[in-house]
Amino acid sequence: MSIVAAILSLGGAALVAGLLLAIASRVFHVEGNPMADRIDQVLPQTQCGQCGYPGCRPYAEAVARGEADVNHCVPGGERAMLSIADLMGADPKPLEEEPSPPMLAFIREDECIGCTLCIKACPVDAIIGAPKQYHTVIEDHCTGCTLCVEPCPVDCIDMVLKPEVLEEWTWSPPQQHTVSEQPL
Amino acid sequence: MLQTLFRRAMGGFPGGVHPSQQKLTEAAPIRECPVPPLLILPVKQHIGEVCAPLVDVGDRVLRGQKVAKSQGYVSVPVHASTSGTVVKLEEHPVPHPSGLGRLSIFIEPDGEDAWDESLTPMPDYREQEPSVVRERIRLGGIAGLGGAVFPSFIKLHDHRNPIDTVILNGVECEPYLTNDHRLMLERAEEMIRGMDVIMHVAGAKNGIIAIEDNKQDAAEAVRDALQRIDGTEGISVRVLPTRYPQGGEKQLVQALTGREVPSGKLPAQVGLLCHNVGTAKAIHDAVVLGRALTERVVTVSGDAVPNPTNMSVRLGTPMPFLFARAGLEDLEGMRVIHGGPMMGECLPRTDVPVVKSTNGVLAMKSGGLYSEHAVEQPCIRCAKCVEVCPVGLVPNELAWHCRHDQFDRGQEYDLFDCIECGCCSYVCPSHIPLVHYFRYAKGQVAKIEQERAFAEQSKARNEARDNRLAREQAERAAKRSRVKQQRSKTTDAKPAAIEADAPEQEKKGDSE
Repeated sequence: MSIVAAILSLGGAALVAGLLLAIASRVFHVEGNPMADRIDQVLPQTQCGQCGYPGCRPYAEAVARGEADVNHCVPGGERAMLSIADLMGADPKPLEEEPSPPMLAFIREDECIGCTLCIKACPVDAIIGAPKQYHTVIEDHCTGCTLCVEPCPVDCIDMVLKPEVLEEWTWSPPQQHTVSEQPL
Repeated sequence: MLQTLFRRAMGGFPGGVHPSQQKLTEAAPIRECPVPPLLILPVKQHIGEVCAPLVDVGDRVLRGQKVAKSQGYVSVPVHASTSGTVVKLEEHPVPHPSGLGRLSIFIEPDGEDAWDESLTPMPDYREQEPSVVRERIRLGGIAGLGGAVFPSFIKLHDHRNPIDTVILNGVECEPYLTNDHRLMLERAEEMIRGMDVIMHVAGAKNGIIAIEDNKQDAAEAVRDALQRIDGTEGISVRVLPTRYPQGGEKQLVQALTGREVPSGKLPAQVGLLCHNVGTAKAIHDAVVLGRALTERVVTVSGDAVPNPTNMSVRLGTPMPFLFARAGLEDLEGMRVIHGGPMMGECLPRTDVPVVKSTNGVLAMKSGGLYSEHAVEQPCIRCAKCVEVCPVGLVPNELAWHCRHDQFDRGQEYDLFDCIECGCCSYVCPSHIPLVHYFRYAKGQVAKIEQERAFAEQSKARNEARDNRLAREQAERAAKRSRVKQQRSKTTDAKPAAIEADAPEQEKKGDSE
């Protein structure tokens, strides 16, 4: 008899818990993929495609689905990789490619033929111009993704190092060795 | 530990150190530095937004004439420091640890030193509206001359926080520097008038002039001057026991009043207003005399300088010219420090001009910054840094997180309350450059913040572009189907022609 009571009470408890879970999943249902959103937030949003996906969002979704590794974002560097690994609870992996120093696209205007191909390629609308007019890059908006270089038929776009300015300068870490790191 | 408790009970600030004072120039009267053959005026010499130049090459300018105007609220204009001709407008290194440059206005003096008279003297400032006087202080280009160069006019007005007491900071706790000391001795009356201007604008009734006890002569001189000037009953002189970093704004407030300024707040929020003694003198000149800020007192010292001295120097004077006046012709192999040895910065370039923040320049043969050491050794957890930290941080733990790029943890340890006074590095027996780690971490936090904001912006731009492309495509598709429908209704006879037309239209739409 006691065995029946045990089965009934535990079964009843399981039923109630199951019902609660079913209701909760309806009530607190979240549209979209919150993990992809969080990963997207730590990506640099250059939309450069160096990860093999057509933008930051698609890469974030692929990582969230578990299809892509955590170390494909080149411009994000180690910090983005560590953040993604942290979010996914995965082990950090070494970067496949060292991130280059910050770059900007620069159009040599006297060679530009005004074909507008680079304008169409720019994922952040950082190039202005009109057909048969010189085009130019808005420095403040350029992410340095290099997507405009390839489509240019006259090869007049250079990637230049982003100039170092006083306002953005920061201290580098102390360049000293601790005694324990020095060879004895 | 007991010492710290004792100091707290006495109303002082916790921590602090007594570095070797090296006040080589305390007996050297302020000399007039001659006008150099070329003046270099960076278009930004304060904390805040950069100014835009108002002059062009070939323009003739007068002393005190505005040559660069503010482009934002947190900004003060730049003035020509003598009369002459603008010969160049280009980037030139400024006194900064990076050695980077900034757009500068090069002026060749004509030797006449003629003043621009556009600022009318206001000797009756007590009858003027405080807002009028405050605007004058802004137009005079005045920024905190203690070294932080925050635009002074901003501090003067805060409608949310009434000011009851103005504190004039004559503490000058940095080793070597004596510019404020000499200024209090020689320009006490102007300084007190300037303080009166500040009290009028801020609506304060009381004033305290804080001086450390290693400058008793200055305290005497200021007391004498106070007796000579009428209407200074509310102002008193307070002599404090010498201790570094008593000149820090929050430390001084705590030492004088026992009131602790909360983290992330300003002294105004506890009813106080702090200004440097040099700033008060500059405010006097701008308001009472109608003279914009074109010169300041600079201590030229260091173990490599044959005749260390204090000089009244035109802003824009190149450092090599300044050192030559003190007997040091060749700066080769010297370490040049901008500011004092505790909080100052080692300059990678010496061909930089004197700016509003230059309270002193030191040329060192041996040694250099007090907080720098040869080789860093592991922390032995002696907690000396904890004892001396005037803000009450735990520098050893904080440095540990900063060294390993754990900036979130660093902020939990109140990284941004660090005033970079250098006490922790100074006392560390393991020679750990603690302050350097904190500066590094602060920079990284700001950089990460900036990158995040840029990513946000790029994302918004990218989304806007995607939406636009989708909209354009939808519009084209809608147009095409409309045209198709119309043609099939009206000209049933020529279905072939429509087929030929459609791709052409698509092409046209694309190229637009």
